[in-house]
Amino acid sequence: MSFFVDSVIMFTSQVLFFGFGWLFFMRQLFKDYEVRQYVVQVVFSVTFAFSCTMFELLIFEILGVLSSTSRYFHWKLNLYVILLVLIFVVPFYIGYFVVSNIRLLQRQKLLFSCVVWFTFMYFFWKLGDPFPILSPKHGILSIEQLISRVGVIGVTLMALLSGFGAVNCPYTYMSYFLRNVTESDILALERRLLQTIDMIISKKKRIGATRRMMYLRGEDQNKQTGFWGMIKSVTSYPPGSENLSLIQQEVDALEELSRQLFLETVDLHATKERIEYSKTFQGKYFNFLGYFFSIYCVWKICMATINIVFDRVGKTDPVTRGIEITVNYLGIQFDVKFWSQHISFILVGIIIVTSIRGLLITLTKFFYAISSSKSSNVIVLVLAQIMGMYFVSSVLLMRMSMPLEYRTIVTEVLGELQFSFYHRWFDVIFLVSALSSILFLYLAHKQAPEKNMTI
Amino acid sequence: MASLDRVKVLVLGDSGVGKSSLVHLLCQNQVLGNPSWTVGCSVDVRVHDYKEGTPDEKTYYIELWDIGGSVGSSSSVKSTRAVFYHSVNGIILVHDLTNKKSSQNLTRWSLEVLNKDSSPTRVIVTNGDYDREQFADNQIPLLVIGTKFDQIPENKRNEVLTRTAFLAEDFNAEEINLDCTNPRYLAAGSSNAVKLSKFFDKVIEKRYFTRDGNQMPGFSDRKRFGAGNFKNLHYD
Repeated sequence: MSFFVDSVIMFTSQVLFFGFGWLFFMRQLFKDYEVRQYVVQVVFSVTFAFSCTMFELLIFEILGVLSSTSRYFHWKLNLYVILLVLIFVVPFYIGYFVVSNIRLLQRQKLLFSCVVWFTFMYFFWKLGDPFPILSPKHGILSIEQLISRVGVIGVTLMALLSGFGAVNCPYTYMSYFLRNVTESDILALERRLLQTIDMIISKKKRIGATRRMMYLRGEDQNKQTGFWGMIKSVTSYPPGSENLSLIQQEVDALEELSRQLFLETVDLHATKERIEYSKTFQGKYFNFLGYFFSIYCVWKICMATINIVFDRVGKTDPVTRGIEITVNYLGIQFDVKFWSQHISFILVGIIIVTSIRGLLITLTKFFYAISSSKSSNVIVLVLAQIMGMYFVSSVLLMRMSMPLEYRTIVTEVLGELQFSFYHRWFDVIFLVSALSSILFLYLAHKQAPEKNMTI
Repeated sequence: MASLDRVKVLVLGDSGVGKSSLVHLLCQNQVLGNPSWTVGCSVDVRVHDYKEGTPDEKTYYIELWDIGGSVGSSSSVKSTRAVFYHSVNGIILVHDLTNKKSSQNLTRWSLEVLNKDSSPTRVIVTNGDYDREQFADNQIPLLVIGTKFDQIPENKRNEVLTRTAFLAEDFNAEEINLDCTNPRYLAAGSSNAVKLSKFFDKVIEKRYFTRDGNQMPGFSDRKRFGAGNFKNLHYD
């Protein structure tokens, strides 16, 4: 009986998550496009719903809601479904929509998308070889094979995003890095842009006039056919067409220049807006936060380096360690069991919410930047795939942040994975990503003022 | 800036509707082989015979300014785009017949241009909302072009054409529906070519031959006292 009640609760919450994913898709991601293929929206919402259910089960585990057998059952069910979606459904649809966009392959859409899917499976399987992620006692078709590979991809993504985010966040928040931009800089650049466009126009007018003249005189270049025509065209080359190709080259160069100038002007406008924003109260608050986050970022980089160098994986989670410190060193006595449950609930809850929110915002920004009306379906599905893998691996990694009694369920459900490997892999990729982001931002920052000085 | 000799027409619309292909077709009479993203503004020139076939025939160069981007762009992109909106003589609004959102966004595009024009002789809009009457008062000739006509299935054609007819009426403009990869839609003598020619003639007329706007026949006196809408007295 209680199993039935628990299942109803789980199902309702899944429907809620599905609805939220649906709304997010319609309101945020696809607000400038028309949804013509509803299957894309359904697949995205389903992935989102099942990923969130996993987090929900984690919370239930900590709080002790629902009976443990039904929790275990739902864990397993959820895991199978999400693996099914991430490995079979989403890649197949990605292949299908990519093939639909290519005109040549329209006839045999299904066949080619199956081919694409098999290629994906091949590379997916090969991914497991260089990593020591499995113990030999697993069979070839066990769930651990799939989870371990999904885990590797997801952990890499998490570490990349996390490393870049840790560096980029203080860089954007702090106003120390803002370049000084004045109104006259912007006006000068805009004037240059318009002048360049005027030059393009006058050259195109010349081309148009020359072409018209040639057309009226009947000296159309395409009319020289036949053997004698070819000989004639060599000797009596019309004087207009030589100039035409020269002018066309100049026009191409000017158009490239106008694009560069446009992008620089946008950049200057954006910097000016940020300068104005930083003078407001909110801006000052974010500036302060930026300093705080930069210290946090430096600390995290040091921790990652230490972990790698000293080959150390933390055995105790921050909650228990924090409680130990307060009990032992500060002498405050309180009910360890009671408080550890609540504190870990809050901590895990915060981590989950911020990671979901952070990921959705990043995905939305990414989507706006690169999508067009043709490729929007493919990109949304790729984002759904990334989101699913990200959430699965965050459950994997979150195991470290929870006290021992709650870790067992994760270990049981996910099977005997080499968890320490994943943490080490995360540290390595995080370090690489953070250091290369610092390098990249440094170069970009250095290059910009030099560009402005040549005006 | 020597604005006396130029005829400037903006080509606006959401990204991916086919503005670059359209401009290439209009100016080069050829189909664009490799369309790619328009960054900023790309300009092309069309050689147009004003009042073709009459003794008053004269050749003009019409500049078509194809502005890239979307209505939802960040404010820094919008401020930069505003640089292109000065002294505009005509606007072509392009939408994708297979994508309803691109048609809905045309209103926002036209408001962006009409509001941003800082010249004091333009129509001043009272609020940001869509108001049919302000388009009736608008002195800048508009043309609505729907692209990707060949991609609409036969059974949906009537529904789409009715919808676009309403849209063009709202803007008080003519409309043309075509496929930018097929020059036959603008073949000489076809109704589309005639509409296009009429539009460009109207642009040139407004630019050069009607310096005193309220001398035009059939100009109604509505909105003269209401809601702060000012009449155009001069054009330059």
